[in-house]
Amino acid sequence: MSTTAAAVSADATPRRGAFSLLKATGPVGIGAAVVIALATLVAIFGPLLAPYDPTLSDLSLSWVAPTGGHLLGFDGQGRDLLSRLLVGARTSILGPLAVVILCMLAGTVLAVTAAWRRGAVDAAISSGLDIMFAFPGILLAVLAASVFGAGLLAAAVALAIAYTPYVARVLRGAALKERSQQYVAALEVQGVSARAICMQHLVPNMLPLIVAQSTILFGYAMVDLAAISFLGLGVQPPNPDWGVMISENQAGIVQGYPLSALLPGLCIVLVVVAFNVLGERLFEQAQKARQ
Amino acid sequence: MGGQLGGNRLELINWSFLLRRLAMLLASLLVASFVIFAAMYLAPGNPIAALSGGRSLPPSSIKVLEERYHLNEPFLVQYWYWLKNALHGNLGISITLRENVSTLIASRIWTTAGLVLYASVIILVVGIGLGVLSGLRHGALDTSTLVVTAVSAAIPAFVAAIVLILLFAVKLGWFPALGNGTSFLSNLQHLTLPAFALAVSSLAIVARVTRASVREESNREHVQTAVSRGIPTRQVIWRHILRNAAIPVTTISGITIASLIAVAAVVEVAFSLNGLGAFLVGSAQSKDLAVVQGISLVLVTAFVVVNVLVDILYAVLDPRVSLGSRAA
Repeated sequence: MSTTAAAVSADATPRRGAFSLLKATGPVGIGAAVVIALATLVAIFGPLLAPYDPTLSDLSLSWVAPTGGHLLGFDGQGRDLLSRLLVGARTSILGPLAVVILCMLAGTVLAVTAAWRRGAVDAAISSGLDIMFAFPGILLAVLAASVFGAGLLAAAVALAIAYTPYVARVLRGAALKERSQQYVAALEVQGVSARAICMQHLVPNMLPLIVAQSTILFGYAMVDLAAISFLGLGVQPPNPDWGVMISENQAGIVQGYPLSALLPGLCIVLVVVAFNVLGERLFEQAQKARQ
Repeated sequence: MGGQLGGNRLELINWSFLLRRLAMLLASLLVASFVIFAAMYLAPGNPIAALSGGRSLPPSSIKVLEERYHLNEPFLVQYWYWLKNALHGNLGISITLRENVSTLIASRIWTTAGLVLYASVIILVVGIGLGVLSGLRHGALDTSTLVVTAVSAAIPAFVAAIVLILLFAVKLGWFPALGNGTSFLSNLQHLTLPAFALAVSSLAIVARVTRASVREESNREHVQTAVSRGIPTRQVIWRHILRNAAIPVTTISGITIASLIAVAAVVEVAFSLNGLGAFLVGSAQSKDLAVVQGISLVLVTAFVVVNVLVDILYAVLDPRVSLGSRAA
């Protein structure tokens, strides 16, 4: 009995709730979190909020400036810009979310496996990851598009594969450190299975770092996915997506109607800044907690 | 003195570290080339139809094609032939342009290389300069650098591209908005806006890392000691702060510059530049697989080689890296 108590008390890294974790990031962090929450709401309810059909085009209205009823005016093909921005939030935000979930899952499993088994398994995983570093995310997504055809799914999976070695490398270090803690040895002596120790103790203790990394990666994924859609290899027009909207309205920049290309760009920058700022603060918090 | 120091540093390079890194490089390239070949092999479409441009051919010509391109051989044998040809500079024929892929690549590679090089210079000069300045000085400059870099780190290259075109090509008319130049000088002018678009976010990241490491080194005990011993400020900055801060700055600069090789595609498309990346994207859309294979191979090789160079430079700057690997 006493060994259990000792093991549990040795696992003393205080686990804090999401709210107190957020509060510790200060006013800037909370501001960033508010922006992210708003963007998430738009991603979920955007199609309900949109005043018009985002794909309904009327070429006689192309590039028409904001008027009553059409707060942001029309794009190059005479479609309501506000509606396209609101509906476009969905793929622009859910796409990166899928990338982050996929690469965090794969990265965590690889990192914990490498740290737990050590020796040959660790060496094999680590050198495998080193080789995976050879593919930049965008290049892998272009390859995927030429094999499977252009689309959001292939691009998201390709990016997740390209990000996995970065995730796994950082988490492996944290997992190794956690693995060498005494409470792990104590639990092992008691005959607790490796899987249970990893799932119930190791991973939860790494959670602040995992959350911080997910937040930072979200920004990268959003930029890369939008870039792929901008290149015509991701979300396909006429579907609205912030990356697609920039590419289809780029002509307006030179013709003197920059609004339709600038606003989706602004949306991307705003959301990415929020994720970067919050991620950086969470990272600092996670590192402080480790010391 | 300097030469002697350099000699010592060279001796400090752990040769087994270097060899291991080079072996890793070859392994990466081999696996990458295999993945690139396998992906195109699995891609839907009949290679005969691709070679004939969709025309129906008599069986005798099909047989000739099958033999010339080893289409009936097992997968690994085909890979071997492809790799052997690639190493000899023969990357196959573009089905849309009916030209050698190597020729097509050679005519575009300098646009991409020039763009990446130009952006790298901007990142190193402006990014490190800004980082050092704001790291050494507290106050308004530092605060504004922090805010500006936090925002610009989040600006994707294609968003930077449209903003730069709007400001400097459309409104001010200082630079051309699109296309390549015809002479060296006009090329430079045509590449200026694209290079800045490519550099913006990396520049901000490099500036932030530089600032953080300069700040960290300035707070070290040995720096305080040097200051209190009356060593001139200039010397303290160069010898005690910047030299130590150079290590993380080298790493982050190297990583970000390597990543430009892929992102250049986005900038080339945004500015209608005739470079490798834009060609790759166009070929992916038209399923010109030989071109996709060839360019991917060139870009991956460049990416991996730059990364290895950065690793080696890092080991030269910080001998602990290679010594540590010896101990391990």
